[in-house]
Amino acid sequence: MSLDKHTHPPYMTIWAVLAVLMFGKVAVGLSGLPKALAVGMLVVISLLSAALVALYYMHLRFETKLLWVLAFLPFPLVAILILTVIQEW
Amino acid sequence: MESHAAAVDLPGRQPEIALEGVYTKKLGMWIFLLSEVMFFTSLIGAYVILRFANPEHFALPGEVLNVPLTAINTFVLICSSVSMVKAFAALQNGDQKGLQLWLLVTIALGSAFVGVQIYEYVQLAAHEGFVPSADLYAAEGGPLYGSTFYVMTGFHGTHVTLGVLALIFVLIQARKGAYTPENVGGVEIVGLYWHFVDLVWIVLFTIVYLI
Repeated sequence: MSLDKHTHPPYMTIWAVLAVLMFGKVAVGLSGLPKALAVGMLVVISLLSAALVALYYMHLRFETKLLWVLAFLPFPLVAILILTVIQEW
Repeated sequence: MESHAAAVDLPGRQPEIALEGVYTKKLGMWIFLLSEVMFFTSLIGAYVILRFANPEHFALPGEVLNVPLTAINTFVLICSSVSMVKAFAALQNGDQKGLQLWLLVTIALGSAFVGVQIYEYVQLAAHEGFVPSADLYAAEGGPLYGSTFYVMTGFHGTHVTLGVLALIFVLIQARKGAYTPENVGGVEIVGLYWHFVDLVWIVLFTIVYLI
């Protein structure tokens, strides 16, 4: 990876953010908020957490364009998969 | 492609450069992870569609599943991700002791995650009667809840178990001095897999336990 050994991302800060987001998710999930609001918040928090892991722990932020393309390649395929399955609903 | 490889100077690069400075094994791991995205998306997609089409067959959050216990287990897995990157950072800095220590911590945390998951399964089966074939909520339509829950969490748990075994292998190699700041391949590749497993659990935990 194109990551200099002297410029590591702030791993512990990201860990703390992930922990806060995770316990925040639990609080939202058990809070009794209206379902639509709770689901929206949970999806946003989960996507944010997943992005932090991919960008900083998997070092995608410091990678080449090739790996960015590879990392995003599944999303159109996933969309096709979901749209296809939804037709069966 | 050789011209691309020559143009990129990577610390810890491997001798076999495949494309744009990405060495072969790392490229292979990323392609494997892409197939894993599709695999888990299929499982999650099936679960979501079944659940929203048959909401009466699924329990509300906390009704059957032990959310606090799994929240702590999720925290354990997040901690294992940071210990994995600390191992990688230690290797890049030439700290062999640090590498071995953080790998050991990651193995311990990963094993703890699997142990708690097994405990959860036993508790669910023994006290709730919640087994894969259970039709707790299904007067008709089959055991949707039990089968989807155990398939998704079981496949993820299998991935964690395989990750722990891979980490043990890497630790043994590290103790033999196989990795250096110029040769980080094995640690980086197993790290990519481990973080991906963590990432998947962040999504699974939300969908299965909280929504």
